[in-house]
Amino acid sequence: MVSEADIQNAVVELLRKAVVKLPADVEETIRKAYAAETDEVPKMQMKAIVDNIDLAVKMNTPMCQDTGVTIFYVTLPRNCEVDVEKGIVEGVRKATKEVPLRPNAVHPITRKNPGDNVGERMPFINWKVGNKDYIEITVMTKGAGSENMSALAMLTPSQGIKGIKEFALNTVLKAGSNPCPPTIIGMGIGGSADIAMKLAKEALLRPINQRHKDPEIAKLETELLESFNMLGIGPMGLGGKTTMLGLNIEYAFCHTASLPVAINVQCWAGRRATVRIHPDGKTAYPTHEGG
Amino acid sequence: MKLPKRLKTPLAESDVRALELGETIYLDGVIFTGRDEVHIHALEHLEKGKPIPVDFKGSALFHCGPIMKKVGDKWVAVAAGPTTSSRMNSLEPQFIEKFRPGAIIGKGGMSQPTVDAMKKFGCVYLAITGGAAVLAARGIKSVSGVEWFELGMPEAIWIMNADNFGPLTVAIDANGNSLYTAVGAKIKENEQKVRAKLGLK
Repeated sequence: MVSEADIQNAVVELLRKAVVKLPADVEETIRKAYAAETDEVPKMQMKAIVDNIDLAVKMNTPMCQDTGVTIFYVTLPRNCEVDVEKGIVEGVRKATKEVPLRPNAVHPITRKNPGDNVGERMPFINWKVGNKDYIEITVMTKGAGSENMSALAMLTPSQGIKGIKEFALNTVLKAGSNPCPPTIIGMGIGGSADIAMKLAKEALLRPINQRHKDPEIAKLETELLESFNMLGIGPMGLGGKTTMLGLNIEYAFCHTASLPVAINVQCWAGRRATVRIHPDGKTAYPTHEGG
Repeated sequence: MKLPKRLKTPLAESDVRALELGETIYLDGVIFTGRDEVHIHALEHLEKGKPIPVDFKGSALFHCGPIMKKVGDKWVAVAAGPTTSSRMNSLEPQFIEKFRPGAIIGKGGMSQPTVDAMKKFGCVYLAITGGAAVLAARGIKSVSGVEWFELGMPEAIWIMNADNFGPLTVAIDANGNSLYTAVGAKIKENEQKVRAKLGLK
C-alpha cells in the first residue's frame, strides 16, 4: 500500500532529478547543436551550456537558478486511496529546502514570498485517471524567462494554416533573445482559449525527437522548426545556427467558428521528469533511467 | 583571437570605455545582484532620500536571482545564472544615471535607451550564458552579505566576491554599439527567406 510519505519522498527525488539532469532527448540535441556551431560567440555560448550540464550532474546541483514554479501532471489508478495532493505539496516544501529549489512562488498582487514554493493553487496539479495500477507523476520545472514569452491568438477559421504560421513566426521573433535560446516551442492548436494553452504546455512533455503521430501535424512541426532555425537568432540571441532545439504540436477539435492557437516557450533547459509509484511502494523514473 | 581580459571591480571609467564589442572578459571583485525589485527600491529610496545599503558606483550589477544556501553562518551561491535583462529596460537608463554602475551583467540584451545611457555615463553590458548557473556560481568565491533580504531570495541584493567570473561577452559597449542590434539586422534579412519558405507575405 502506497503511503503519503512514499509520495512525498518520490516527489522530492523527482524534483531533484528534474532540476539536475535533462532528459536524454534534450541533452543529445544540445550536444549536436554545440558541435554544429562554428562562429566564436555562439560556439562559446553552447560550450557554456554543455559544460554547465556536465557540472550540474557532477555536483548534483540545479543546472539553472530558476527552478520554476512546480506544475504537475498526475495519472491516478482507478482505486487510488492515498492523498496524492498532500504528498505532492509536502514534497515541494521539502524539496525547496533540500535540493534546494529557489523559492519562486509569490502572491500575484502583494508579491509576498512564503519561501517554500507553496501557495494558493501552487503547486498546480493536472489530474487524470488512467487504467494502470501505478501512480504516475510528471513535473515540469520551467523558468519564467521563457514562460513570459508565451502567447495566445484567437484566429478566425479563414486565417487558417497561414494565420497559424504567421502567429508562430511573430511570437518567435518577438521572444528573440529573451527566453534563453536555443528554445523548444510547444504549440497547441484548436480546442478553446484555455485548452489551446494547456495543449501548448503538454506538447513540451513529448520528447523533442518524436514527431506527432498525425502525419499532417508531424509535417508542420518539421517545417516550422527548419524555418525558425533559418532566422539566425542563435544561442542566447547572439547570432548563430541553432535558434530552436525542437517544436512539438498538440491539437484538439475546435468550434467551427474559431481557431485558437497557443504557444508555450521553453528555454534550452527543457526540464521534465516522471516517476511511477507502484502499489508495493517501488519507484521508477522513466525519464531518468540509469541516474 | 585576443586573450580574454581580467578586470577588477569597482571599474574605472577608462577601462570600461576601452572594452570592445564581442570581446570576452572575466571579472574579479565585488558583484551585486539586482533585478526588478532592487531597481524599483533603489530609485524609490533615492527619491525619498532614504539610505541605500551599497555603493553601486563603478560596480558590476548582476541581473540575477540566485539559489543561496546557508552553510553554518555563511551564505553559499548554489546556482547563480542571469535573468532576462529586458524586464529592467524601463528602469535601467535612470538607474545608470543615478547610480553609475560600470557594468550590467545579464542575458538577452537591453533596449536602445539603455544603450544610450551606457554611452553617456560609461557602462557596458556583459552577456553571460542564460541557464548556465552552476558554471556562473563557480566564479563566486564567497558571499559577504545580503541587503534587502525582505524582498525574497531572488530579489535581494547579494554581495558576491567574484574570482575569474565569466566568460562574459561585451554585448553592449560604452560607445553606443550593441551586438543585439547587429544580430537584429541579420534576423530581419533572414525573416524574408523564412516567410518565403512558409508561403507567407
